[in-house]
Amino acid sequence: MRDKVLIGYGQGFWGDSILGPVRLVREGPLDYLALDYLAEVTMSIMQKLKGRNPKAGYATDFVAMLDRTLPDIMGKGIKVIANAGGVNPQGCLQAVLELARKKGIKGLKVGIIEGDDILTRVPELLKGGHALKNMDDDRALTDVQSRLLSANVYIGAFAVAECLAQGAQIVIGGRLTDPALVAGPMIHEFGWKADEWDKLAAGTMAGHIAECGAQCTGGNYTGWREVKDFVRIGYPIIEASPDGTFVVTKHDGTGGLVTRNTVVSQLLYEMGDPKRYLGPDCTADFTSAVVEEVGKDRVRLSGIKGGPATPTYKVSLSYQNGFKTSGQLTIAGPDAVAKAKLCADIVWGRLALDGCTFEEHQKMVEIVGAGVCHAGILETKDPAEVVLRMGVKCDDEDKVDRFGMEIVPLVTSGPPGVTGYAGGRPKATDIVGYWPALLDKTQVKTTVRVEVS
Amino acid sequence: MAKVKLGTFAFARSGDKGDGSNVGVFVTNAKDYELIKAQLTVARVKQHFHAICKGEVTRYEAPNMLALNFLLRDSLGGGGSESLKTDAQGKTHGLGLLEIEVDR
Repeated sequence: MRDKVLIGYGQGFWGDSILGPVRLVREGPLDYLALDYLAEVTMSIMQKLKGRNPKAGYATDFVAMLDRTLPDIMGKGIKVIANAGGVNPQGCLQAVLELARKKGIKGLKVGIIEGDDILTRVPELLKGGHALKNMDDDRALTDVQSRLLSANVYIGAFAVAECLAQGAQIVIGGRLTDPALVAGPMIHEFGWKADEWDKLAAGTMAGHIAECGAQCTGGNYTGWREVKDFVRIGYPIIEASPDGTFVVTKHDGTGGLVTRNTVVSQLLYEMGDPKRYLGPDCTADFTSAVVEEVGKDRVRLSGIKGGPATPTYKVSLSYQNGFKTSGQLTIAGPDAVAKAKLCADIVWGRLALDGCTFEEHQKMVEIVGAGVCHAGILETKDPAEVVLRMGVKCDDEDKVDRFGMEIVPLVTSGPPGVTGYAGGRPKATDIVGYWPALLDKTQVKTTVRVEVS
Repeated sequence: MAKVKLGTFAFARSGDKGDGSNVGVFVTNAKDYELIKAQLTVARVKQHFHAICKGEVTRYEAPNMLALNFLLRDSLGGGGSESLKTDAQGKTHGLGLLEIEVDR
């Protein structure tokens, strides 16, 4: 058994910089590269893409990333773990094998984890008494069943470890939890068992710290003036040990910083009850960790306590929930705020003239520049200019499109100083409703398969 | 004792939790931790975010990190894909909390 394993996290979300993984594999030693490509809304988009093309429905960015990094990954023997499979891990596997063939790489072992996608099984599960009620408000799934877009179980780290045990150098999953991408290689390397809660909790916490990439190395840090060289910001590396302790660090010579403050910042991100962080493999007590700086850009976590996982998996379902759109104009001063308010009134008034009205909760007006993000906290009375943002949402797509036609006319038929309109008329887009639910673990079986290029 | 902005000595991070946001705030020494525990009450934080948070505020303590974690329910205009707001994920709420004035 190795006494130290280096796990880098190169992609915090779909759309993160490709420089993250490229520089992690080039600029220092690394054993594993973990990458997250999914968010709740992503799965519904991917189901739509797959509906149009059975080969689509995975994160194509992942294949583009491998196109640039495979030589280093092969040369250094780095293993890659990503939830890039989306709703089509098999499609992603084929694309990666095709890429390897194109690059003349033989013997690359690519594994996939399947079983998280339960969209087609929903009717059967409901019949079997698994209600998949909305966790937040207890509604029955039958309310939205005809409008379902996706349904995925959050799969844990043991499926990742199993795929690695079968020899995969590239592990592609669907809806794996973000922390599982980090805890999986720890389980595989150190042989942790399913009831070693403290160690699994440590793996989960390590994954939570790393899962947003540079957010633990100086990104989005409220002490931002301390951060040197944002341009070359280093992405996180977890230096894991068999006993469950780990050090958060980054490659030498990269920008950003890893301190107690940058790590605690990220520990608090999207946190609920810090004593009970629920995951598919364990519950983790974030209040048990000892967080200490042990060197430059090195923060050690130890003493982490965990407990048994719940008997259910979390399921993320999405459904079509109406339409929305928003558009914006720039309103130059003087009197920018007053003119922006007038513009908004004109839009609602003209729509009403044409018989198109919205309820209060369906309308949005923001005067960006006067105090929107910190409404009631930080506001400015008379900025030099503002951006007027307006939007609507409702079930009637035509009404949403009608709204979109009434913004740009303000340039010539409203108060003076209205400009900055680019991008055409805003058009109605789907609102993707999010439906969190729980499902008995006995109903989910993951399978692992490895193919060789 | 003087009135100072929380942001002069504390750090924060926020993100989304369903249709609400979480705001984590922490300090760097035990004395300041006692201070924020005493002054950043649920009522005070709810009042501070009166124009943003339409729901209930819950507070959790994490003494090992000298941190408090606040959940601000109904603070995102629907949350996720439902929201029309610029900050649909509450990314800026942490900085908003750091604007609060405390006696230190």
